[in-house]
Amino acid sequence: MGKVMPLEGNMAVAEAMRQINPDVVAAYPITPSTEVVQTFARFVADGQVKTNFVAVESEHSAMTACVAAAAAGGRVMNATSANGLALMWEILYIASSLRQPVILTLVNRALSGNINIHCDHSDGMGARDAGWVQIYGENCQEAYDNLIQCTAIGERLDVRLPVMNCLDGFLVSHSYELVEVEDDEAVQAFVGPYKPVKPLLDINDPYTIGPLDLQDFYMEHKRSQWEAYPAAKQAVIEEGKRFGEMFGREYGLMELVDMDDAEIAIVALGSAAGTCKDVVANLRAQGVKAGLLKLRCFRPFPIEEIAEALKGCKAVAVMDRAASYGGGTGPLFPEVAAALMAGGYAVPMLDYIYGLGGRELPPEQIGIVYDDLGKLVGGQKIPTVQWLGVRE
Amino acid sequence: MPKNLKQYAQVPTRLTGGHRLCPGCGEPTAARQVLMATDKPVVVANATGCFEVSTTIMPYTAWAVPWMHIAFENAAATVSGIEAMYVSQKAQGNIPADADYRFVAFAGDGGTYDIGLQALSGAAERGHQFLYVCLNNEAYMNTGVQRSSASPYGAHTTTSPSGSHSPGKKAFQKDLTAIMAAHDIPYVAQSISGRWRDLTAKAEKAFECGGPAFINVLTPCPLGWIADASESVNLAQLAADCCVWPLYEVENGVWKLTYKPKEKLPIDEYLKKQGRFKHLFKGAEGEAVRAKMQEYVDTKWELLKQKCGEA
Repeated sequence: MGKVMPLEGNMAVAEAMRQINPDVVAAYPITPSTEVVQTFARFVADGQVKTNFVAVESEHSAMTACVAAAAAGGRVMNATSANGLALMWEILYIASSLRQPVILTLVNRALSGNINIHCDHSDGMGARDAGWVQIYGENCQEAYDNLIQCTAIGERLDVRLPVMNCLDGFLVSHSYELVEVEDDEAVQAFVGPYKPVKPLLDINDPYTIGPLDLQDFYMEHKRSQWEAYPAAKQAVIEEGKRFGEMFGREYGLMELVDMDDAEIAIVALGSAAGTCKDVVANLRAQGVKAGLLKLRCFRPFPIEEIAEALKGCKAVAVMDRAASYGGGTGPLFPEVAAALMAGGYAVPMLDYIYGLGGRELPPEQIGIVYDDLGKLVGGQKIPTVQWLGVRE
Repeated sequence: MPKNLKQYAQVPTRLTGGHRLCPGCGEPTAARQVLMATDKPVVVANATGCFEVSTTIMPYTAWAVPWMHIAFENAAATVSGIEAMYVSQKAQGNIPADADYRFVAFAGDGGTYDIGLQALSGAAERGHQFLYVCLNNEAYMNTGVQRSSASPYGAHTTTSPSGSHSPGKKAFQKDLTAIMAAHDIPYVAQSISGRWRDLTAKAEKAFECGGPAFINVLTPCPLGWIADASESVNLAQLAADCCVWPLYEVENGVWKLTYKPKEKLPIDEYLKKQGRFKHLFKGAEGEAVRAKMQEYVDTKWELLKQKCGEA
């Protein structure tokens, strides 16, 4: 049996890392993810893990060393935020192209400029096309549970992709909550031993990784990479189910709250979903048919499942904790709209850009969103895109 | 103990023939000389550049040893990650205790002097056991001969072209070998691809020094230097004879000349064989640039001799 511990989100991640016991961690500290690697560095210093911890000189080298170490033939992990992820950007694409299951905890933070260390999703959204699996957690428990699942998902032989364990900066990373921490042996049993695929260090089977790939082969390689994502989606479902069977907390591509008969619904990622749950409960008590789709698996984007969950709604609002400058909306909105459109469903939609740079999202503002949805259903005109809680 | 040429020839080929580097390129020669300097298993990391794109055109590879390329600026971080996993796996017993691998990073001067300097400095400071070899042809040859911070003063490149208002490159080259020596790593050296004994002896020391090692090898580029492909070995030798590129090593902080030309030649002997300096042989302005280059080389040579206790 595990135990319940008061942990910050970052510590919960570090605790999961200690239990998983990766072979190499290469990292460069950045707020608000710093505590992940500094807590883990203490585990290394105290001999609690077998990990070779490499304190590199930049996030670019951190991701490089992780990709190289993974190719060399072992389990690797890392953590970063915001500009750190931006500095890794080039190597993010290479990690997924080389099919190296690097596990990165992304503590979501606003991407400069101006400089701001607080939460939004501009970092994760910026990396959305880099070929990584991205799982968003709502609270400290999920930060812990998700890292364990991310490891199992990325390393499956039918997947072999890098995975981001995303959690909201400060809101989750620096908040203490009671976290159910499972036994070390149980976590080890869940993730299993690392199975290297053609390790570079196998001197008897030398191979060339990362060659020049020209017009005659590049597109076929990209296509074979593309084909890994349906398997990744299936892995998220299966590993979430297996996690539930083993530890009693089941996960899926998304979490549906009161969606069966919902007429108005919000789609949200991360900690905002927690606040939404309270608002939905209050609205339901008042007889309002409100629902919530908490999206957990952002990449691969579960197009069919999202359409299926939202098709019965009379109106849907998307909560975007990032803006797509020049795109006219946040980044999540068009993806949800496209999912509905591809399914053949026409549902009126609104987009709310909120919480940039750590701006609070009180329940009253979520109430405004559901209010707007009600008005839209009632035939009133509501602007498609609004900035929530901004001083005009 | 250094081997003789026949013994070296017995070392299995690690970089095979059939790669697509240009005729006269100094890089494969230098790489082979480095790689034959150890009998131990070798894992190679490579920065983006001529050497990478010419030896690994999918679906072919010229590499008979494990080889990895990630990007341009991170050969040192790549080799750090590979070595870190080796150390981890060996400590866990997943790689036999008696295994004794060597790790080499190859990168051009662009990937070393410029964009890759941070990763190299970081890896050296952390003390990974690896040999970093800079294949220095003094410009970004892979992208079409643009200046790098290793390009000599006065050199014509496509981003430092000679013209009516410009003598070519306006800054002297960075002294990267000295910068690496300042990291206080166990072994640092300069060599050329034209003297196999010098380079293999240095590579042997570098492989066995027990920590980070750096060798800066001048590798002539017929395309960028605008020189005859058959002249490459001679040009490298001339660079050493003119003391434009002195051969020395810094072993545990001790500086030592490894080649003293019998007669130090004027740099014109070296410059006049290369089209990249052709503009310096026209008019008084060119002469003034050459005089400044000679003065720079002389000053650096005297300072180097002092460091090596030869003054």
